[in-house]
Amino acid sequence: MSNSLVLSLNNLSKRFGTVVANDTVSIELHRGEVLSLLGENGAGKTTLMNMLFGHYVPDSGTIEVADAKGVMQPLTLGHPQAALNAGIGMVHQHFTLAENLTALDNILLGSESLFSWRHNRKAARKKVSEIIERTGLAAPLDEKVGNLSVGERQRVEILKALFHDARILVLDEPTAVLTPQEADTLFENIGAMTKDGLSVIFISHKLREVLAFSHRIVVLRHGKKVGEIATADADERVIARMMVGADTPTTPRDTQTPGAPVLELDNITVKGKNMRTSLRAANLVVRAHEVVGIAGVSGNGQSALAQLVSGLISPDAGEMQVDGQQILKFTPPAMLKAGIGRIPEDRHHDGVIGAMSVAENLIIERLQDPAIRKRGFLQQKYIQENAKQLCKDYDVRGPGIDADARLLSGGNIQKLILARVFECTPRLILANQPTRGLDLGAANEVARRLLEARIRGAGILLISEDLDEVLALSDRIMVIHDGHLVEANTDDRETIGLMMAGEQV
Amino acid sequence: MEVLQILLSESFWNATLRIATPLIFGVLGALLCEKAGVLNLGIEGIFVAGAMAGWMAVWLGFGLWGGLLVAAGVGGFFGLIHAILTVPLGLSQHVSGLGITMFATSVSYFTYRTALPQVSSPPRIEPFRPLDIPILSDLPFIGPVLFQQTAMTWLALFMVALVWWVLNRTPLGLAIRAVGDNPDAADAQGLSVYGLRIGAIIAGSALMALGGAFLTMSAFDSFFFGMVNGRGWICIALVIFASWRPGKALIGALLFGAFEAFQVRLQTQVGAAVPGQIFLMAPYVLSIFALVIVARRAEYPRALLKPWFKGQR
Repeated sequence: MSNSLVLSLNNLSKRFGTVVANDTVSIELHRGEVLSLLGENGAGKTTLMNMLFGHYVPDSGTIEVADAKGVMQPLTLGHPQAALNAGIGMVHQHFTLAENLTALDNILLGSESLFSWRHNRKAARKKVSEIIERTGLAAPLDEKVGNLSVGERQRVEILKALFHDARILVLDEPTAVLTPQEADTLFENIGAMTKDGLSVIFISHKLREVLAFSHRIVVLRHGKKVGEIATADADERVIARMMVGADTPTTPRDTQTPGAPVLELDNITVKGKNMRTSLRAANLVVRAHEVVGIAGVSGNGQSALAQLVSGLISPDAGEMQVDGQQILKFTPPAMLKAGIGRIPEDRHHDGVIGAMSVAENLIIERLQDPAIRKRGFLQQKYIQENAKQLCKDYDVRGPGIDADARLLSGGNIQKLILARVFECTPRLILANQPTRGLDLGAANEVARRLLEARIRGAGILLISEDLDEVLALSDRIMVIHDGHLVEANTDDRETIGLMMAGEQV
Repeated sequence: MEVLQILLSESFWNATLRIATPLIFGVLGALLCEKAGVLNLGIEGIFVAGAMAGWMAVWLGFGLWGGLLVAAGVGGFFGLIHAILTVPLGLSQHVSGLGITMFATSVSYFTYRTALPQVSSPPRIEPFRPLDIPILSDLPFIGPVLFQQTAMTWLALFMVALVWWVLNRTPLGLAIRAVGDNPDAADAQGLSVYGLRIGAIIAGSALMALGGAFLTMSAFDSFFFGMVNGRGWICIALVIFASWRPGKALIGALLFGAFEAFQVRLQTQVGAAVPGQIFLMAPYVLSIFALVIVARRAEYPRALLKPWFKGQR
């Protein structure tokens, strides 16, 4: 690795409304180097790279890029074409490929003068073939991109950048969509490319990959650069501490005396089409001040249980009681009214309405509330105040309360859902995979809020495929297998593991 | 028996090509706009404006080819309005397009009435005449069908080849197809999504206007109210029929021309037995059937109807 500088970001800042996405971030990149940019969701990694590539104009700061001779030149900001000309190629998390065009056409796009009478496909094909040979980035060039696998599409994206003579390649969470085998191939390809003198910035939050494949690590938190370390000196604990700010706080757990039952399932049977959608004579009690964790391998009836308690399906036999009241109507509004708060498994799809604002999503389960609806009219003032307060209390970060909910990151959507659920002070909280896909900070926040609700007197039904999470949060553990619910009576991992596999213990 | 007679007659095939000509212009224009991701429902009004502008330019002494240029320019102007409303402003393409149709139609009628307040029958111009090509025009059957068409029919056929070449063989066409499929892809390569879309709409609208100009400058020799009579809307359907391919667009236009030519002839032969409206309706009904069969497999430009804004992803 040579030490010559190829890129330097100097004191870049960017705000979106009141959110500071990047605060005076400076980064340097050398020739042939793989630099990892690490940070939690919303730490500002993608914003930083979008400024580098000209998609966003920074509020302040400058960028310098080495030209072909190695002399540092200032980069015109806010123009993707300028970044391309300077030799910066970016592979976005969401690919920017036209699916109706062939791989070769996608690579060619924008590389020729628009008003020439014909393509020079022959020369282009030759150049692409040479790149493929050198780097091993194989892709079928004459196939429409719509017919390619995700891994192939990513290779087309990288080929596109290299075809445009990129000397600096930015990969935004490249492995998020790949199978482990495809990811390994990608890293081999990257290795071959850096030997050629290419420099790579590699955005990720998978610590294992970062430690295995990068030379240097830069950590962002809340839009600020909080650490920089040579990979050789780093280990997972050091990096995790940099990302989260402190050692992961262990969630404080004080003992609580369970109160009266808030949820009782009495011999409930749901006849689904398969295991995934069935429950068999399930019995379950969740009391006030208690977290009951449901452990199990995915597809053993968890979704049937969640749908039943959400009011999306009715049982074929058996009774369900909430707070001592028998449920007669299994509909979502009936469940809401009975005092059940729901944190759904697929938060993007079932948790929010993406095209509605954050403020609207926050009140969507309370439309009958007279504070929100008076004589058939929405009380906009209350709705706004409510949203401002909740976003502050629950630390929901994003472009603002009037922005569409779809614009929030996964972690912030989950915080929005928590705010909505907890504000109704539910008697029972159904938390289905509440931390899946969240970064460490957001996951801890979810756990803290759930335990807070437990102290307040709610009962919590926690469904999770992550046994560590179940063990950490639950007062009692039930194991679900083949639609049967069994009390674990232990917190021994091995025993629970055997029960999850269906063994009698 | 009568059916066979019609299908074998020279006049039927000649008429098919003649009736198809404005549709070829229109369908190519609509196809160009949609390939770039923008539906242009202004087509019906742009036909009227093209018919009116071309005819009036000739009447004012610009000459036939000058008239075509004026028509194309007027079409491009209405295209520009549609482009500004739908591309940088991102307004509903349906609403803007219908607005353009009403606006362009009314402005054309208004101009006509203002220029000619008194006349009951509009002045005639000397239109394009069928080209008489030595030897070829005298060939049996093929001669009258292919080689006794006006210059505008040849221009239309040339445009099919031109649009095909541009879309499939040039960097510009590749860029247009890219902005109609995934504007982010074009943007990421430093291409101007707005520029490409606006340009495609203007060019497409100019083509549409030529289709209108054919009516007053080649098919007839004057301008009448209501003379476009839904031809624009047919083009919108034909684009889907053609799966956004210029070659298939030609076939679709010819097919519709054939339906139309056929029904006129059948009407005169068996007219008494069947109400005339059935015949008038037939081409449209057949078009719908053809659409049902073909369009289910149609490959839409994926960004069609979706506005795109810079810096928002």
